[in-house]
Formats: sequence, C-alpha cells, structure tokens
Amino acid sequence: MTNPLHNKHIISIADLSRDELELIVATAKQLKQSPRPDLLTNKVVASCFFEASTRTRLSFETAVQRLGGTVIGFDSGGNTSLAQKGETLADSVKVISSYTDAFFMRHPKEGAARLASEFSSVPVINGGDGANQHPTQTLLDLFSIYETQGTLEGLNVAFVGDLKYGRTVHSLAQALSLFGCKFYFVSPAALAMPDYLCEELNQAGVNFEVVDDLEAVIPKLDVLYMTRVQKERFDPTEYQHMKANYILTAKMLANAKQNLKVLHPLPRVDEITTDVDATPHAYYFEQAENGVYARQALLALVLSEEFA
Amino acid sequence: MPQHKLQVEAIAHGTVIDHIPAGMGIRILKFFQLSDQDHPITVGLNLRSKHQGKKDIIKVEDTVFDVTQANQLALFAKDATINVIDNYEVVEKYRVTLPDAIDSVLACPNSNCISNEEPVNTKFHISESASGVVLKCHYCEKSFNQRLFNELN
Repeated sequence: MTNPLHNKHIISIADLSRDELELIVATAKQLKQSPRPDLLTNKVVASCFFEASTRTRLSFETAVQRLGGTVIGFDSGGNTSLAQKGETLADSVKVISSYTDAFFMRHPKEGAARLASEFSSVPVINGGDGANQHPTQTLLDLFSIYETQGTLEGLNVAFVGDLKYGRTVHSLAQALSLFGCKFYFVSPAALAMPDYLCEELNQAGVNFEVVDDLEAVIPKLDVLYMTRVQKERFDPTEYQHMKANYILTAKMLANAKQNLKVLHPLPRVDEITTDVDATPHAYYFEQAENGVYARQALLALVLSEEFA
Repeated sequence: MPQHKLQVEAIAHGTVIDHIPAGMGIRILKFFQLSDQDHPITVGLNLRSKHQGKKDIIKVEDTVFDVTQANQLALFAKDATINVIDNYEVVEKYRVTLPDAIDSVLACPNSNCISNEEPVNTKFHISESASGVVLKCHYCEKSFNQRLFNELN
C-alpha cells in the first residue's frame, strides 16, 4: 500500500491530518526499535541551511546517513549564490531540486519553505522558516509524548514560558488539539498565547486554561512543556522578578504524577534548574535524540513509496 | 430613468460597482489597479444613498468583471452591488459575496514574509471570525484583520 506522505512536501503542521501525524509517530517508533540502514541507499538529500542551526541540521543529516542516504548542502546562507550574487530563492530551489531526491531547509524569512515547495520538483521538508513553522520539532515532540505516555489522546499538557513568540508551542498546541488534550498556559502577561491562536483553539473546541501558578498545576499534568523566556524582552529588574515564576525546580515536582515528563525544545538557559535532570520526569535530552528518529520517519515516508 | 436622478454619468457598456461605503472607492481603485488599464472610469464619491447615507460608486466602461473578480471587492465593500451594463441597460445585477481567497492584489503586511521579495503572486485565505474578516497569508501563515488593509496606503 502506498503511504499518503510519499513525495509530499512537509511545510506546516496544519497541512498534516491526524492520521498522518499518527503514521509519522508510529514510523519513528518503528525506526527507533529496528534501524533501517538501507532505506535511502542511492538517495541524495540536500541540507540547505540559509541560517545557523545546531540540533535541527545535525539531526537531519544524521537521519539521512542512518538510513543509508547521502547528504550534500550548506550550513550558512552567506556562502550561497543567493546571498553573494543576488539569486532568488525560487531559482536556487529549481537548481537544488534538479540535483537531489529531496531537501530540507531552514530560512530566516517566513513562508520560504512554502515558496520553495512551489518551485521544487522534489519533496521539501521545512526545518524552520523565520518565526513561522518548525514542523519537524513538533513531530519529535509528538513522538516523545507518545513514547512516554503510550498515547497522544486526552492528555493534560502545560505550556510554560514564552507562549507569544514560541513557534514550537504554537505548532504543538495545534497538533495536540486534534487529540482531545487539555492545555494549561503559564506565562508572563506580556508573553501570553496570541489571541488568534486562542480563538483557533476555541473554534476547534479545545479545553484550555490560562493559569498563574505553575506549581499548583503540576499535580494534574502528564506533560510539562517548558520554553525559554528571552531576557532581552524584559528590563533587568522586571526579568529578575518575573523569571522566578517560570523556573522549574526539582522541588516543584514533588507532587507530580508518576508519568509526568518534562519536555523542552532546547537550548535551556535557566528555566529548568539542573537538579531536575536527575528526576525521572526529565525527558528533554531524550526528546532531542528523538529528533533523529522523527526526521528519519519523515524522510522514510516521503522518499519510499512502500514504507510504513 | 429620469435624467435628473443620475448622480454620475451613465455608461453604454461595462460594469457599475454600486453601494461602496463612502471612502472606500479610491482604495478599491488603487488595490485593484483599475485605473492602470485603458478603459474610461468614472468615480463618484460621497454620493447620497437611501440605505448608506453616503456611498461611493465606480463605473468601468467596456469591462465586465467575472464573479471571482467581483467577489474580491467584498473584502472592502461587503454590500457592494455589481451591475453589468449593455447598451445603457442593466443586464445583470448581483451582490458580491466574500471569496475564499484573494490572489495577486494585496501585499503581505509582514515585512519578513518571503512573498515581499520573491517573484510570486501573493495569496491570502479568507475566513470570518468573531473579530471580523481575517486574511491569512498563504506563505508566512500570519493572520491579519481585514481592517488593517483598509488602513494601509
């Protein structure tokens, strides 16, 4: 049976159905348990990073190589014809796609991956377009949740920190809204979940609450999704006062449910104290590792017709 | 129709966009680049209207808008009516309805949107929410209230 993602572009979480999300998560689990080093033999995949990235680029490139494919590419937009000779992204994409079987890209402009998909003759996977989408982060988040909870259905999930600008939070909330989860939003007022997103969640009939006290909500949770509050968004006094309310310590997890897992897209600065790392609830480093399996799953499904 | 009732000169063939909210006529001309074409255009501003108090009207000679083009006007004039004129007679009349999308007309207000610097036509998906009509950019996926476009010049 042909899998529905074969030859598809992966641009935005909103483009994926619940069934497709479940297929990707199940495939990631399968590839984590049973590696397939032969799956992309003779396939060339381009890694096009028009801006810097550490985890996303390295995990994508690892994913291709673990499946037996070959990676070509660049890791800084400054070295491309686009930056140095004024070539349009559209023209660059036409050429890159004529060399490869697929490519993944990160670009500082919002909508760049969607545009690339319209000019590419091979599948494009979005590795982040400005402040817009980062679908593979959401897929690895979903995989980590599924792996630790055994389901994506009906979970209590808190999102903490910068909910205004955090694209990972927006995409994960949109994805989990397909699975009947309950959300708790914990953030400084200045970094609250945007109105348009709350409206979308309301329209989708999602149950969510805005709460002030992180510690009080912890005993109800299955998943605690922490994000970084960026210092530069506040003046120093305000930051010192505010950050105390959005820092997770091991002590705050004393009454947590046994199955609670703490996730974080990384890099962490000081919003999760290092004593949390030793608790059974910490899962952010495994989550980062899962980035390789989630990206392997996507590459496998997009490039192999019969896989799944 | 008695001559003394005509506020703007009649046209022989073409399209009359009537019941445009006062103040929007000039914006519609600009957004849809109507005046860039060669057809004669007559514009009436702040005309008296029984239902709207004041209204604008645009008459484009020798041009018949298709329904898709006409419905794009609904974004800026939701109660506008389109009159197709042939030999000074109204041969078709209908009210515009909000389209699902608007292509190639509006620039994305997000300065970091790729559509502002690459050779592509803009596209917005249109929906109605509690806060009004919302346009979502096909590329950057940002949503904008329709009122924002009225304010942009």
